[in-house]
Amino acid sequence: MSTVANTIFSPELAARFDHLVTIYPLRRSALIPMLLYAQDEVGYISEAVVSEIAQRIGILELDVRNVLSYYSMLRTKPAGKYNVQVCTNISCMLRGGYEILDHCKHKLGIGHKGVTPDGVFSLEEVECIGACCWAPAMQVNYDFHDDLTPGKVDVLFQMYRDGQGKDVK
Amino acid sequence: MADVTFIVDGKQITAPAGTLLIEACKTAGIEIPAFCYYPGLSLQAACRMCVVRIEKMPKLQTACTTPVAEGMVVATETPEIAQARKATLQLLLGNHPLDCPVCDAGGECELQDMTFKYGAADSFYAEPKNHREEQKWSPVVYFDRPRCILCYRCVRMCGEGMDVFALGIQNRGSSAVIAPNVPAQLSPDDLAHVDCEQCGMCIDACPVGALTSGTYRYKTRPWEMNHVATVCTHCGDGCKTTLGVRSTSDGSEIVRGDNRDKSGINGDFLCNKGRYAFDFANHEDRITQPLVRQLNGELKPVSWEVALDLVGKKFRELRDTRGGNSIGVLGGNRLTNEEAYLLQKFTRTVLGTNNIDHHRTADYVAFAQALAGQKDRTASLRDTLTAKAILLVGGDPTVQAPATAWNLRTNVRLNRAKLYIANSAEIKLRRQAKAFLHLAPFGYGALAGYLGGDDTIATSAAPDATALASFREAVKAEEDLLILIGSELRGAELKKLIAFGLTIPGAKFALISDYANSRGAADMGLLPDMLPGYQAVGRASDLATEYAAPSAPGLDLLQMFDAAGKGELSALYVVNSNPVAKYGVDAAALKDTFVVVQDMFLTETAALADVILPAANLYEKAGSVTNSYGDLQQVKKAGDRAGVRTDFEMIVRIADKMGANMRALVPFGKGLRADMGQTRGAQSGEADRHAVWLTAQNLEPRLSPFEQLAILDEVQRLVPGYNILRLQLLSGNDQHLEPAVAELVQIGVQTARRDLVQPAADSLFTSGTLGRYSTMLSDLQHNESLRPSSLLTQIQTAAD
Amino acid sequence: MPSLVSHPDEVKVVSRRFGMGAAEIDKYIELDGYKAVQQAIANGPAWIIDTMKASGLRGRGGAGFPTGMKWSFVPKTSEKPKYVLVNGDESEPGTCKDHVIFLHDPHAVIEGTMIAGLAIGSKMGFIYLRGEYRYLLKIVEKAVADAYAKGFLGKNIFGSGVDFDIITQTGAGAYEVGEESALMESLEGKRGVPRIKPPFPAVVGLYGGPTVINNAETIANAPHILLMGGEAYAKLGSERNGGTRLFGISGHVERPGVYELPMGYSLRKAIYEVAGGIKDGKKLKAVVPGGSSCPVLTADEIDVGLDFDQMGKAGTMLGSGGIVVLDESVSIVEFALRVISFYQHESCGWCIPCREGTDWIKKTLTRVYNGGGSKKDVDNVQYLAENMMGRTFCPLGDAAAMPTLGFVKKFRKEFEDYIEGHKAGTPIITVEQLVGAGH
Repeated sequence: MSTVANTIFSPELAARFDHLVTIYPLRRSALIPMLLYAQDEVGYISEAVVSEIAQRIGILELDVRNVLSYYSMLRTKPAGKYNVQVCTNISCMLRGGYEILDHCKHKLGIGHKGVTPDGVFSLEEVECIGACCWAPAMQVNYDFHDDLTPGKVDVLFQMYRDGQGKDVK
Repeated sequence: MADVTFIVDGKQITAPAGTLLIEACKTAGIEIPAFCYYPGLSLQAACRMCVVRIEKMPKLQTACTTPVAEGMVVATETPEIAQARKATLQLLLGNHPLDCPVCDAGGECELQDMTFKYGAADSFYAEPKNHREEQKWSPVVYFDRPRCILCYRCVRMCGEGMDVFALGIQNRGSSAVIAPNVPAQLSPDDLAHVDCEQCGMCIDACPVGALTSGTYRYKTRPWEMNHVATVCTHCGDGCKTTLGVRSTSDGSEIVRGDNRDKSGINGDFLCNKGRYAFDFANHEDRITQPLVRQLNGELKPVSWEVALDLVGKKFRELRDTRGGNSIGVLGGNRLTNEEAYLLQKFTRTVLGTNNIDHHRTADYVAFAQALAGQKDRTASLRDTLTAKAILLVGGDPTVQAPATAWNLRTNVRLNRAKLYIANSAEIKLRRQAKAFLHLAPFGYGALAGYLGGDDTIATSAAPDATALASFREAVKAEEDLLILIGSELRGAELKKLIAFGLTIPGAKFALISDYANSRGAADMGLLPDMLPGYQAVGRASDLATEYAAPSAPGLDLLQMFDAAGKGELSALYVVNSNPVAKYGVDAAALKDTFVVVQDMFLTETAALADVILPAANLYEKAGSVTNSYGDLQQVKKAGDRAGVRTDFEMIVRIADKMGANMRALVPFGKGLRADMGQTRGAQSGEADRHAVWLTAQNLEPRLSPFEQLAILDEVQRLVPGYNILRLQLLSGNDQHLEPAVAELVQIGVQTARRDLVQPAADSLFTSGTLGRYSTMLSDLQHNESLRPSSLLTQIQTAAD
Repeated sequence: MPSLVSHPDEVKVVSRRFGMGAAEIDKYIELDGYKAVQQAIANGPAWIIDTMKASGLRGRGGAGFPTGMKWSFVPKTSEKPKYVLVNGDESEPGTCKDHVIFLHDPHAVIEGTMIAGLAIGSKMGFIYLRGEYRYLLKIVEKAVADAYAKGFLGKNIFGSGVDFDIITQTGAGAYEVGEESALMESLEGKRGVPRIKPPFPAVVGLYGGPTVINNAETIANAPHILLMGGEAYAKLGSERNGGTRLFGISGHVERPGVYELPMGYSLRKAIYEVAGGIKDGKKLKAVVPGGSSCPVLTADEIDVGLDFDQMGKAGTMLGSGGIVVLDESVSIVEFALRVISFYQHESCGWCIPCREGTDWIKKTLTRVYNGGGSKKDVDNVQYLAENMMGRTFCPLGDAAAMPTLGFVKKFRKEFEDYIEGHKAGTPIITVEQLVGAGH
């Protein structure tokens, strides 16, 4: 049962999922990509997402929850339209990662895992994102921003507010 | 596999290659501690308690995952190992609440024991502990998260053992937590719950007090109870359950049921009924005084003397004036063998009639007849755990016989046993089946015929002809097949199936019935046409000679009520049964019948009685019961309630009041072998110290006529198949008995018997009339009604 | 996009196509792409494995296991399908080398996967990228699609009669999944908890089949090694440490970046020459030489060659090649806290010593950092770390314990001075982070 009658996903994503479960030796391998792609579209892993993905793969909803709660990128609450993820791990920390995080908090008026009232931005302090040699770094909706300074952050926020940000989903 | 020899702590040990080191050591008497390891469940290597030093290995190794190898040299207790275990315990205890003084597990906690052993008592944890509130997952399962040490036993027990998969592991690291399958956000009360079979196996497996039982939590301390291992009163599997008993002002109260004694026929397993449904004994509606109906129709409490006197006089008068055949007797499915035997003996020799029957839940008469003259053809419950191939026709063991289901699942999982299932419903066990044949409704008889070679009835057996054919082919190719039969098959159909099974070399059979002693009731002759041991009434036998009972079959259960309706039944004596509810008897039918009921409660039947005698239940008496398979086990007295008497005692007293010859009815006095054990109290089964003392003083040990063991010698002497090993029984072990009805082979000559089998149709949370008086079962039914039934059915797809 | 750096001491093998547009398949082919796999087909599995063994290539993920030997462990015949698994779950703090490989030369990973597949007789490979590398996943996905379009992947590759498929996969945020068996669990749609070993992946791996799992850099080296010859590659490096390696130099250096240096290259030179020395002319305090799990080296301990054996002798590890440089301004207390916080966050929670140990050390160091510590706390941290070492289910416990032990042993006086001097500090870890770690 790779197809679902009343899918909550867009036709494109539903079609992608229909295909995704067929490419692996075991269909359950599609679980983590599906959760991530569903989150990209829906904004978070809602109960409806859990339910439909369980159905698509043919596992229990409990299994889906067991897995989704393990992975730190998956969230069960909505984030902002632009999810700002600031790395503060060692390489970034040495080059001002915490200053960048503090600047973001101040600028957006929200804390770790907070969402701005207008829903445009959310903020997260994250572990190493693999941009150590270009630190300090952050990701906004998967897009990397390197060698940050508070000034560059301001420019970036404005860019996203203006709808100029790149979305690499 | 070939044996290998290796050295542990300087001791040479031999074990089959591939055995896990922890198991090989256990067999050799060397205990290696472990939290996460649980025999038969998948390996985790998570708790790191079982670390040992193996020569030539760079690090300490986990004994729970290391297979033994030739020449291996192992140390299991060294300062290095002790330090590793101590540190692991310190790490665990850092965040563990030290609420041991109020924790249910206090005193029987593996973490406590290990801490004691490895001296991890000095705590240097100075950080705040993560507190979480206790969660009520169901009426019987509570979860105290901070106490959880994440050994994952519960998760595996639920998934691998029970095939329910109601528990999972969520989050990670120090936030990792055991989570039930109904999350708070999907629950009407915003609290997490567990949608499952409520078996409580997770609680049983929990090494600490993280999972606690709704019936027991915060009730008492383990050392304040006596622990009595007896047999569960509910289904026909006859699991051993250990009842925790505490003295009260009017007797002794059962406060806990569990499976701490794993020596029983059920091994590791116990279901929700065996674990929780003992509380009927304390139900507020329990009758604790004899009641006699007055002229105005009211029931009035009277003394035992008055009540027994009345019953005795009345029975005697009715027997003498209207004849024994005007009296009917109905026995129960939860009586002991001794009580059932005594009841039919009383009926046949004191009342002088064969009018005796019981609520039959499987056709054991046909079963015994079909196997007449065969040897080693009946299976023990233990065989379901070891048989290489099993054919299950009819029945739904998951619900009706949970220990059978547990054994079958375990056997498939651990031994790759081949399970073949034919059923008209998609029963849950099909998920373990090698082949599942979906039968047509009522297709059992046709299947029996088809298996036996009658291809003309294939379409009546199953809609899928191909599946049917390959099913028969696969089953016929098996050897040593264990054939489990549900109560759907009776009479000729049952015989046909058994006849087919007998063509398979080494095949063994079992017929699944519904209550603790349904099999015993039939074996003991609570039947109008069968004496004990399935000896037909009217045929010559030792028993018939000794009884000098009427040679014509008596009235069966339905005929008795018919007779009552016609005014032909002068008296009805109902012992531990509620036929009025089960068979929908019209109350008016009994208006001219003198009705005596022995029961715990004012059941539909008792409500029509003239005299009600308050009875003890199976947990309040000693004796023996026989499970569906023919496994005989000892029942021990755990609870006690002032004012009630055992059915055995009441039968004896009534007979006495009737002026019967008591020595003939109950051969009490100095017994041949009956003095080997004490039957009363928590020490039952141990040597009778009183008798030992009497013998030492040259005094004659005597048994009271109310001791059930007083009649066991007679059962053993007269009932074919009940050649009991007394010591085995009194040691609390099970023994398998086979019906021995060699003289009944001429099946064709038998006249067709009426099919009076009425399966109990109990769910996981009901247990006949008795179950209605279990508050916990009521709670569980209510709990079940609150949630959509969809969650469990989903699992169908989870197995792949 | 990460900027590319360069230094004359570099020996470019795996990075030789960086910055040349080789993510485009035609450019890759122009730069000798997909030649090695054809050689591999022509010469057969034994030749591939012999060449890899001769190259002295050791696993670039951090453990340093000889690659050719790993491939040779896979049984020739198997009832279950065999698999090649590329570990691109690059998550070790201080490490971003696979990042640039996927960005600049994704086809090298694809070609390397095919070569590994030919070597072990597998028909299917997986390239698993950490979830954060979405833009790189898209680059790799496109490269795979282009390779299919050219007929390089799929049925009968290069007329060999052999089929080979590649599936790309994303993670979703879990350091632990970098552990090989945890990665297999993750790829099978489960929680990223490691498996019990033995059996090892070469015998029972992904979907129960024999599996070769290699780091992305290791795999990307394979085509180069086949083209240049095993001995030639081996000669580039030091004894028993064949070839070159990507080193990501980050932290307080003037020119941070990913540099390809020969194995055995001096750590001092890597910092002071290749990466331009300490930033802003400050003094060096310490170096974490191979990702955050490696024990710290003090400023006096950096005269050591960058290979597996020399680093081991120096009491630390080469690890993942992520060299993190700390100048004199860094508080080791704060740094140690940040490191253990990471491991506490990433512990899968499966086994007791790691789950409880990382949490306890983090809490204690947090309290110390906030000014509530005592000298006994340093002892306790050391005791806890010592009792995690070698006792956990997987290497994550060691990865957390080793650096912690390095910090408290080598900088014990700094901890004690800190405790003396800080009766109240400025918290970098908030209470919310501390106790609200639960989701």
